[in-house]
Amino acid sequence: MKFTRRDVIRTTAGVAAGALGSRFVGSSAFAQEGLTYKPEDGAKLRMLRWSPFVQGDEDQWLANTKRFTEATGVEVRVDKESWEDIRPKAAVAANVGSGPDLMLVWFDDPHQYPDKLHDVTELGEYLGTKYGGWHDGPKQYATREGKFLGLPLATIGNAIVYRESWVKEAGFSEFPKDTAGFLELCKALQAKGHPAGFTHGHGVGDGNNYAHWLLWSHGGQMVDESGKVTINSPETLKAIEYAQELYKTFIPGTESWLDVNNNRAFLAGELGVIANGISVYNTAKTNKDNDPKLAEIAKDMRTTSLPIGPVGKSVELFQVTTAVIFDYTPYPNAAKAYLQFMFEEQQMAEWITSSAGYCCQTLKAFENNPVWTADPNNAAYAKASATLRPNGYAGPLGYASAATMADYVLVDMFAKAVTGQATAQEAMEEAEKRANRYYRV
Amino acid sequence: MAVSSAAVQPRPSILSRSLSLLADSRNALGFGFMLPAAALLLVFLTYPLGLGIWLGFTDARIGRPGIFIGIENYQYLSDDAVFWLSVFNTLLYTISASILKFALGLWLALILNQNLPFKSFFRAIVLLPWVVPTVLSAIAFWWIYDSQFSILSWALMEMGLIDHRINFLGDPVNARASVIAANIWRGIPFVAITLLAGLQTIPQSLYEAATLDGASRWQLFRFVTLPLLTPIIAITMTFSVLFTFTDFQLIYVLTRGGPVNATHLMATLSFQRGISGGQLGEGAAIAVAMIPFLLAAILFSYFGLQRRKWQQGGGD
Repeated sequence: MKFTRRDVIRTTAGVAAGALGSRFVGSSAFAQEGLTYKPEDGAKLRMLRWSPFVQGDEDQWLANTKRFTEATGVEVRVDKESWEDIRPKAAVAANVGSGPDLMLVWFDDPHQYPDKLHDVTELGEYLGTKYGGWHDGPKQYATREGKFLGLPLATIGNAIVYRESWVKEAGFSEFPKDTAGFLELCKALQAKGHPAGFTHGHGVGDGNNYAHWLLWSHGGQMVDESGKVTINSPETLKAIEYAQELYKTFIPGTESWLDVNNNRAFLAGELGVIANGISVYNTAKTNKDNDPKLAEIAKDMRTTSLPIGPVGKSVELFQVTTAVIFDYTPYPNAAKAYLQFMFEEQQMAEWITSSAGYCCQTLKAFENNPVWTADPNNAAYAKASATLRPNGYAGPLGYASAATMADYVLVDMFAKAVTGQATAQEAMEEAEKRANRYYRV
Repeated sequence: MAVSSAAVQPRPSILSRSLSLLADSRNALGFGFMLPAAALLLVFLTYPLGLGIWLGFTDARIGRPGIFIGIENYQYLSDDAVFWLSVFNTLLYTISASILKFALGLWLALILNQNLPFKSFFRAIVLLPWVVPTVLSAIAFWWIYDSQFSILSWALMEMGLIDHRINFLGDPVNARASVIAANIWRGIPFVAITLLAGLQTIPQSLYEAATLDGASRWQLFRFVTLPLLTPIIAITMTFSVLFTFTDFQLIYVLTRGGPVNATHLMATLSFQRGISGGQLGEGAAIAVAMIPFLLAAILFSYFGLQRRKWQQGGGD
C-alpha cells in the first residue's frame, strides 16, 4: 500500500528532549536535532500489546498514551492479548493487511513479514543517536539489512530465582556461579526436599529460555553463521548430558510444564530454584500483605544470573518485544509520533520504573534507571538487553529461526533425552533433522 | 367503431414478461430460492476450503503469498516423524474417545429415559459439560492434571492408595489418556442427549408387544431399541467423530502438544506450523491431510443413513 509522502518536520535542537529533562540520560542525549512527525488529520490509532505481567507496566503505558492523546489530539485505543497469542494475531494482521495499526510483537516476528511493516529507520536512528545507542541484541530483532522494521521496546529478562535460606540449608553460602556448582546445589536441594524445577514442556518463554541456556552455555548452537544446521555436535552432546543429570534433581512433571507452572509451584513453596522473569517476585511482593506465607517467601527470595557454563560467559535467550507499525495503517505519521513520544525520556523512564524490573531498556541511556537499584532482586534483570543472544544463533534471524523455535525443536531435544525417550545422540540427530527442514534453502 | 379491450391495455414490458415467465417456472424459482444459501456456502465454506487446499500446494509463508510447489509439502510431511506421530495421536484420540463417548453416552441416555425422580433436572445437569466453553473446562482439567496440585493425586494420596503424585501430563501414555478422558467428559452430553431424543421416538407399544412375546430386557434392547435407534446413532457418532477429530482447544490449553509432541493432534500441529511457525503452506497441507479421514466419516454416515433396511434392523 502506498502512502503520501511522509510529513516529517525537522525542528531545531531538542524540542521534546529538552522539555523532558535529562535525569537518566547521558551527556550526548540532547545534542541532536529534533524530529517531529505531524499526525494526519483525524488520525486514530489502534494498538495491540501483550497482557502485562506486572500491573505497573500497563498502568504507566496507558498513562503515557493518555498524555500523548492530550498533547496531539490523536486517540489511541490500546488492546491487549495473552502474550502467546500475539504472534498468531500479528501473523494474521500481516497476511490479510488489516488489524491494529501498531503491535508489540515478540522475537523474530518482524523478520517474518518485513515487507508488511512500515519502515521506521529514521525514528530508530534518531532515538539511537539521542539515547546512547541501541543494545545489539534487541536491535538485531528489529532491524534487517540496515533498516528498522520496528523499534526494540524491551527485553524481558530471565534469571535464577531461589530461596536463600534453603540454599544455605543445602550447604551453599552463596549461589554457585558455574554450571558444575549449580548441579551440585540442585542435588543438595533435592536431598533436603526443596528441589529445583525447570520447564521441559512447550512453554514458549520458560521452555525456550532454559533449553537455549543449556545449549549455549555448553558451546552448542543450532546453526552456524551461514545458516547451516550444526546442532549435531560434541558441545550439544555435553549440554544434553548435563541436562540429563540436572533433570534427575527436579521435581517430577517438568516435562509437562507450560509457562506458568514454575511460578505456581515456587510460590506454593514446592521449589527451591526456578528460572523466571521478575514477575514471580513481584507477585509475592505485591500480595505479601494479604498472605503471610507469600510474605515469608518474598522475604527469602533472591535472584541471580543463570550459571556460566564451559563457554565461559553468560549467554541467554530472553524475550525481546518490538513495537511495529503495519504498512497498511492509514496513519503512519501518527503511529510514528506515538512511538516517538513513548520512547522519549520522560515516558520511557517512567515506564521502565513502573515495570518494576520486568522490562529492561533497549536504549543504553536508560541503564541507570533507579529501578535497577531500588530492590536488590531487580539487579539480575538489569543487563538483559546487553547480554542477550538472539534466537537462531549464530545464523541470521528469519522465518527459519522463528519456525524452529515455534516447533519447539530445541525444547523437545532436551525433553526427549532427559525423560529417556531417546539417547542423547538420538535426540540430537532428530533435532538436526527437524531443524534442517526449516533451514532448507 | 368498436375498440377491442386489448387495444387499450398497455403491452407488458419485456422485463415484466420475463419475470412472469420465471415466476411460473418451477425450476427457475427453485434455483432463485437456492441462490442465497449457495452464495453463503460458496463464500464461507467452499472458498476457505479451496484456499486451504491451494495453500497446501504452495510455499506460502506469513506475509508472503508463495508459489505453486506441487506436492512438495506432502513429500516433506511424509518424511516427518512429528507429523506421523500427530496422525497416530489423532486416530488414537478420535477412536478411543468416540467409542467411550458412545458407550457411556448410550448408557446415560438409557438411564435418563427411565422414569426417574427429578428427570428434567438431571437431563439439564447432564448437558453442563457441553454448555461450558471448552477453554474453561480445559483450564479446570489443567488444574486437575497439574503435576504438583492435582486434586486427584492429592485425594489418592490422602486415601493412602498412592505414595507419589501422578504425572498426568508429563508421561506420554498418561498424557494421552488424560486428554482423551477430558474429551470424553466434554463430549458425553452431546451423545447422551441426542440418543435420548432418539429413544423417546420409539413407540412404547413395541416394547409392550415384545414383552408380551416374552422378550428379556437384553432382547428388548437388542431387537427393539437398537435397530430403531440406529439412524440417530449414525448421525450422532458422525458428528461426534468429526468434533473429536478436529479438536484443538483442549490440547492447546492442556499441553500445547507436549510432552515431546505426545499429544499433538493434526489440528494443533497445523496451527503450530502454519501460524506460530509462519509456514502457511505446510500448516495448510497438514490440515488438508485431515480431509480424507473426515470424508470417510461423512461417507460412512451418508451410506449408513441411506440403508433403510439396515436402519430397521434388517441385514444388508
